[in-house]
Amino acid sequence: MRYRVGERVRVAARAHEGHHRTPGYLKGKTGTIERAHASFPNPETRAYGGDGLPEQPLYLVGFVQRDVWYGYQGRASDRIYADVFEHWLEEAQ
Amino acid sequence: MLGYDRQMERAVHDRGGWPVDAAIDRSEHELADWELLTDALVGALNREGVMNVDELRRGIESMPPDEYERASYYERWLYSLETVLTEKGMLEPGELDRRLGG
Amino acid sequence: MSEHDHDHPPITDGDEPAAAARVRALEELLVAKGTVRREDVRQMIDWLVSRSPADGARLVARAWIDPEFKERLLGDARAAALELGLEPGPSPVVMAVENTPAVHHMVVCTLCSCYPRALLGPPPDWYKSLSYRSRAVSDPRGVLSEFGVELNDNVELRVLDSTADIRYLVIPIRPAGTQEMNEEQLAALVTRDAMIGLAQPVATTPAPVH
Repeated sequence: MRYRVGERVRVAARAHEGHHRTPGYLKGKTGTIERAHASFPNPETRAYGGDGLPEQPLYLVGFVQRDVWYGYQGRASDRIYADVFEHWLEEAQ
Repeated sequence: MLGYDRQMERAVHDRGGWPVDAAIDRSEHELADWELLTDALVGALNREGVMNVDELRRGIESMPPDEYERASYYERWLYSLETVLTEKGMLEPGELDRRLGG
Repeated sequence: MSEHDHDHPPITDGDEPAAAARVRALEELLVAKGTVRREDVRQMIDWLVSRSPADGARLVARAWIDPEFKERLLGDARAAALELGLEPGPSPVVMAVENTPAVHHMVVCTLCSCYPRALLGPPPDWYKSLSYRSRAVSDPRGVLSEFGVELNDNVELRVLDSTADIRYLVIPIRPAGTQEMNEEQLAALVTRDAMIGLAQPVATTPAPVH
C-alpha cells in the first residue's frame, strides 16, 4: 500500500466515464489518510463483467468539512470521511 | 446555498451536496412482497455468479436521469436487472414485455 | 434539476405498481430458463426478513458492558459478531466506530444506499432518499437537528460516506442512568437510528427497536 496513515493526499479531479465510486464532491479535494483498509476488487471493471483483479488498495480518507464545502455551516472541527481507492489518490503538494 | 465544484460533471446518482430545499421525509414503509422479491432475486443472481453488486449499481446509474429521480428504490433495481441481464444475453430484448402480454 | 426529498412511491395501478407484476414475471422467466432456482430466491427472502437491528443492538450492549469486547468490536466487527453467535455475512466488511463525548459519527451512502444490513436489517426509506444522500455530507448538523440530535459545540462531527466495500456501524454513547441495567435491557435501548448516528439512546422505557 502506497500511502500511510497521516499522509496528506489529494483526490484526483478527473472525469471518469462509467461506474466508479469516488464521489464528485471529493474530487480535487485534499485530505488525510485515516486508515489503510485491505485491497478489494476494482468495482470499475467488475461493473462491466470483469473480475475486478488485481485488487486495489482502499483507504479511509478524512477531510475537513470547511475544505470541502464553500459556506459550510458547521464547526471547524467537523470532518467527512470516505473510502477511496488508491488509484484515485495523489500525494498532496 | 453550498458551493460545490460545478466543473466536475456529476452523474445523477452522485448526490453528495446536491442542492435540496425540502426537509427529509422520515416516513417509512414496510417492504412490499415485490420489493423483497426484487432484492432476493438480485441476491440469488449474485450468489450464482450471474450478476454482481457492481453491475447492479452500474445498471442503476445508467438510467436516464429523469427516470432515476422519478423511480422508487426497487424500481431502479428492477431496471438494472433487466438492463444487465439483457446485456448478458440472459433475457431477450422485449422478452419480458411479451411475457406480460405487452 | 428537479429535487425530491424522498424516493417516489412506485407508480401504481391499483394496489401494486407495474413493477410488481414485472418482477414476478422476471423471476418466472429466469427460473424457467434455469438461470436461478426458486428455492434460492426463497432462501434469500427468508434471510432478508430475518435481519433486524436487534443483532446490532446486541453488539452495542455487549460493548457497553465489556470494554475488552468493545476493543475487539472496534478492531474486527465481523469476528466480534461471530463471538456472539451473530451472522455478519462474509461480505461486505463491517467496521464499528465509537461515539464519545468528544466525537459523533454519522453514516450515509451518497452514491446509492450501502448499509450494514446483516446487522441492522433493511435501511429506512429516508436513508435511501435523495435528500439524505445529499445533505448528510454537506449539512450534517442540519440533518441531525431535524432528527432531534443537538451536539455540543465542542463535539467533532464525523460523517462517513460508505463509498466502497466497508459498512459502518455506530456504537452510540451509553446513556446515563443505566448502571443497574443488564445486557438485555441495555440492548433494548439501542435503536436502529442510533447505530446510523441519527439518534442517541436514552434511559427511558425502551421503545420497539426500529
